[in-house]
Order: sequence, then structure tokens, then C-alpha cells
Amino acid sequence: MDSILFLIFAAIAVGCGLNLVLQTHPISSALSLVGVMGSLAVLYLLLGGEFIAMAQLIVYAGAIMVLFIFVIMLLNAGGERRGRKRLWAPWAGAPMVAAIIGIGAYLIQRAAPRTAEVTFGAFQHGNPSDIGTNLFENYVLPFEITSILILIAIVGAIVLARKEIE
Amino acid sequence: MNFLILSLIKAAVVAFVLMTTLAYLQWIERKVIAHIQLRVGPRRVGPHGLLQPLADVIKLLTKEDLLPSHVNKVFYFLAPFIAVFFALIAISVIPFGTEVNLGPVHTAMQLTDLNIGVLFILGLSGMGVYGVALAGWASNNKYALLGGLRSSAQMISYELPMALAIAAPLLMLNTLSFRQLVEAQSGYYLGFIPRWTIFQGPVPQLVSFILFGIAAFAETNRVPFDLPEAENELVAGFHTEYSSMKFAAFFMAEYANMVTVSCVATLLFLGGWQPLWPAQYGSNFLPTAMFLAGAALCFYHGFHPARSFDRITLPAAGVVFLGIAVVFLIPPVAAVLLPLFWFAAKVGFILFVYIWVRGTLPRFRYDQLMRFAWTFMFPVAVANLFLTGLAVALS
Amino acid sequence: MPPLPAVIHGPAPLSWYLILSAVLFALGAAGFLFRRNIITVFMSIELMLNAVNLSFIAFSYKLGRNDGHIFSFFVMVVAAAEAAVGLAIILTVFKNRQTLEIDEVSSLKN
Repeated sequence: MDSILFLIFAAIAVGCGLNLVLQTHPISSALSLVGVMGSLAVLYLLLGGEFIAMAQLIVYAGAIMVLFIFVIMLLNAGGERRGRKRLWAPWAGAPMVAAIIGIGAYLIQRAAPRTAEVTFGAFQHGNPSDIGTNLFENYVLPFEITSILILIAIVGAIVLARKEIE
Repeated sequence: MNFLILSLIKAAVVAFVLMTTLAYLQWIERKVIAHIQLRVGPRRVGPHGLLQPLADVIKLLTKEDLLPSHVNKVFYFLAPFIAVFFALIAISVIPFGTEVNLGPVHTAMQLTDLNIGVLFILGLSGMGVYGVALAGWASNNKYALLGGLRSSAQMISYELPMALAIAAPLLMLNTLSFRQLVEAQSGYYLGFIPRWTIFQGPVPQLVSFILFGIAAFAETNRVPFDLPEAENELVAGFHTEYSSMKFAAFFMAEYANMVTVSCVATLLFLGGWQPLWPAQYGSNFLPTAMFLAGAALCFYHGFHPARSFDRITLPAAGVVFLGIAVVFLIPPVAAVLLPLFWFAAKVGFILFVYIWVRGTLPRFRYDQLMRFAWTFMFPVAVANLFLTGLAVALS
Repeated sequence: MPPLPAVIHGPAPLSWYLILSAVLFALGAAGFLFRRNIITVFMSIELMLNAVNLSFIAFSYKLGRNDGHIFSFFVMVVAAAEAAVGLAIILTVFKNRQTLEIDEVSSLKN
């Protein structure tokens, strides 16, 4: 069951990733990216990271991508123009990509031991309680620094994006 | 019983009850707003307009399903689907009652109890913004686009005070699973005050409840925050170009969102299915008393009816209420139905406040709305969270 | 090459998650290099960050500790900050140049 779920959502993720790279209008790319993030959230659930899966949905898919979509809709600049294409380029590139990915997959398969199999429910430390404990005991300093980072980013975004007062 | 079959049966029951509730919620809203405005509301289709939702469904299904030529077809079909999908899925983590024994099966009155239930609901309400934004974009119409963008910006802005208002009782109750949240609110202070979050020490969460209520109105695009979809402001906002079933989908999504946030408010602040006063002082007989009072009222008015057909319908309703009152007296059935009754009563009360506010308040202008979110609600929510955290840490 | 599991009913090997992460990262890099719209380039960067997050979580599963989850959480936070500032910059570029193609914003070139 874990394999089938992984294959379905991995296929959705790769399909949406391809769609992101191949579409002309940025809004279709943005929605494909939302699809990637959704399927990755399910994969995080399979790997036992329920808090991080929900954080992905709330923060990444629910806030950052909505910001992207707002900017795309407000700017309304339209899709890309197609450049001059060389006809032999896809025919030369696709086999090379497939070969590189195949070799990479084989090497990763050989490096990861056979006993590292992902069973849903085998990883129990992904719940908010354990993550909170680890975060506030071992990683307090990065946490506070990223809070200040977000504050700086908010101030910077407001200053950059406001209308100049004549 | 096999877990899969049991889950499918529960999902079918919950879906059916939810759909019927959404349809009749619209009937209740039209009747209540009508009576607030000193008129009667739907009364022609069936007795007291009870078949009006059915007539509306038939109308919406048989209306011509237009596909305007200038819209972006993929997004035009995707937007209502996304809105409805995320609105309906949120019901799957809401617990309606305790664990029950229905014959041979022992199951909880909930589809699934995630240990991150509250985060799941927050994530889904964030994803629901896409339905509105895409509807505005796909319609290729400047009023729809403006309405869609305003509505999404409003939903995003109010998500922040809502999340902060949710965080404060979570600090006190120390869990994210809805079932454990309700069970942490059981018991009584001084023997008769329930330990609901709004009464619980060290900090009673009344401010959080009010903040969550206001943010919930804004999240579901209801009056007084419904400028983006108001008919006399922006033609019809983001659903201008939609007709028949897709329009019905947006309305169904809005009512489902209302039901979801009312359920979440009940579970987080009003104690879920915990009764208002202890069982030893007779709270188990409240539903019986209420339905008997309702039956008595129906019979009394049935003898001096305002309209002639009420001579038949009101006593019939009285008999139905009597039957329900008797059902609540049978012990095994009452054990299942009592938590459900308390939960439904609290959710119903919050929905009634939604409808009451709609009939009473005027709507905010858009810049007033956004200023209210960022300059009032957000600081108050942060201050409330800070105070609650301080009190919990010091106790 | 070791044969794929004949009956795909059991758990998925961890290497599959890492291969998926590599494929998504490659797609993100391809989008970053070949697309001309600034916003699409930015979204390819986000895709690369997501692929790296998946790698972190997969290795965290393997090690049995949740430090990878915390790294991933920080990556998300930094990506949020970066998205806010980056989109503000894109808005400013659009206000000044009325175009979103990165080939047009080349006034520092000779």
C-alpha cells in the first residue's frame, strides 16, 4: 500500500513539475507548483512528518503560492513569447536526460541499503509535541534569528512595494 | 467490522447529513432573515416553504449551464471544484459525539481523529482561497477579477488573527486533536460551571472566542464582511460569470465553510458535546423538555391557526416533536443522541448568530475591513496570546 | 540494475524518495535556466527548495530523529521571507520596465 501511494503521488509531483517548466503562462505554472506542494505534503505524511506536511500546506501552498498568484494576477503581463526553436534540440536532449537520470537512480539504489524501507507509521517523532520540544530546546537561536529575518523581510517588502509619495 | 467498510458507511452518513443540513440551512436563513425584516419568507412551496430547498436544487440543475466564450476553460471548471472540495473535506476531522456502541460495532462519532486536526482545518481554509481567486481570474471580467482579488486578500488577512486566536486555548489545553480538546473540557467548577475554554482558568478565553468569531465571519465572506460578493457593489463579485450548478457549488462551499467554522468554534471554545450543567442536576432531560415545549406550542397554535392549512401542518409538527421527545427518553438511544444534541445545539446557536448578524448589520467598506484586521484584530490577538502564555507559564 | 519489486504491495524503498527529490530538483534547475519570465524562474527556485525539503525529511526518517524536519521548517520560513522580498522586487522591476522578461532587464550589459 505504501508503494502504491508513493507511486501515485510521485507521478503527480513529477507531472506537475513538468507542467511548471513547459507552460507559457505563469499562472498555469503557479497552479502546477501548488499541485507539486500538495503531493509532496502527502509524501511527507508517508514519511511520518505530519507537522511538516501541515506546515507545507498552511505556509507554502496556502500563503506563499497565494502571494505568487496575487502578483501574477495584478501584473497581468501575459505568457511568454516562444523563442526560435532548434528542431533537433529535444531529440538530442531527451535521451541524454533519461540516461543521466537512469544512471543517477542506479547509483542511489546501490548506495541506499535494502533495509531502508519506508513504512507508514514507523517514524513516530514527527508529531508537533516532539518537534516543538526539539525546536525549543536545541534550536532556539536559529528560531529567534529567523523571526528577526521575517521581520526584516516584511519591512523590506513594504518599503519596496509601496507607491512613492510625490 | 472491517475498518474500510465501516469508514465508508460513516463517510456516506456524514455526507448525506451534511448535504441535507446545507440545504435546510439556506431555508432557515431565509426564514429567519424574513422574520427579522417583518415579513414571512418562503411559504408557497410545501408547508411553510419546507420544500423550497428542493425547488431551488431543481431550478439550479435544470438551468442552462452557460459556458461564456471568453473564459479560461480549465480554470473556469476548476475553481468551483476546488472551493467545494476543500470546504467539504474539512468535516472529516470534526467529532460529533463520544464513542458509541451501535449494535456490534464500537466506533467514534467522527470520521478520523488526526493528532493534528486543528492544523488540518487551518490548512484547508488556506487552500480554499484558491477557489475564489481562480474564479475571479477565469471569468476574464474586470469586476470578477477585482472581486476575487479583494475576497482572497480579505481571507488571507483574517487567517492570521484566526490562527492566533486558536493558538491561545491550545496553549491551555495542550493538544491539537479535536477529540482530546473536547475531553480536556469535561468536568465542572464548583459543581455546576462547565470547564469549557471560555470559563477555564488560568485565563478564560472570552477574548479569543470573540476574535475567532469575527475572523470566522471574514473568512467565510459573510456580512458584515461580504463586500467582495455583494450584489449592489461589484455586480456579483467573483461569481458573476457563473450560472446553475457552478454557482450552486460556490454557495454550497460558503455554507459548508460556515458550518465548519461553527463546529471548530464549538469544539475549541464551547466544550463540544459537554453539557451545560451536570447530569445529576437533570441536563439529560433538557432535549426532552425542549421538544415537549415545542410540541405544546405547535398544538396550541394548531387550534387557533393564522392560516387554514395550519390546522393540519402544525399538529403534525407537534406529533413529530412528541416522537422525538420520547426517543430521547429511551436509555440506549439517549446515550448516543445526547452528546449529538448538545453539539448540534451549540453549532446551531452559532449559526443562528451568523444569520442574525446578517439581518442586522450593514457591511464594511473594503479599506475599513482591511484596516480593522491589521490595526485592531492582529495586535489584540497577539496581546491575548502573550497574556495566555504568561499565565500558563506562571501557573 | 536490481529488479523492481515484482508485486508492488509492500513499503517503498527510501531510495525512491531520493530519486524523486533528484528529479524534482533537476526539473527546477531546468526551469531556472531555460525560462525567460521572472516569475517562472522564481517558481523554479521554489521547486528546487521543495525537492531539498523532501530529501531532508527522507534522511530524517532514515536517521530516526526529527532534526531533518526542523531543518525543513527553517527552509520553509526562509523561502517565505525570500518570496515576499523577491516579489516586491519583481513588482518594482515591472513598474519601471513594463516587462517581465529577464532578457529585457539588461541595461548593465555593454
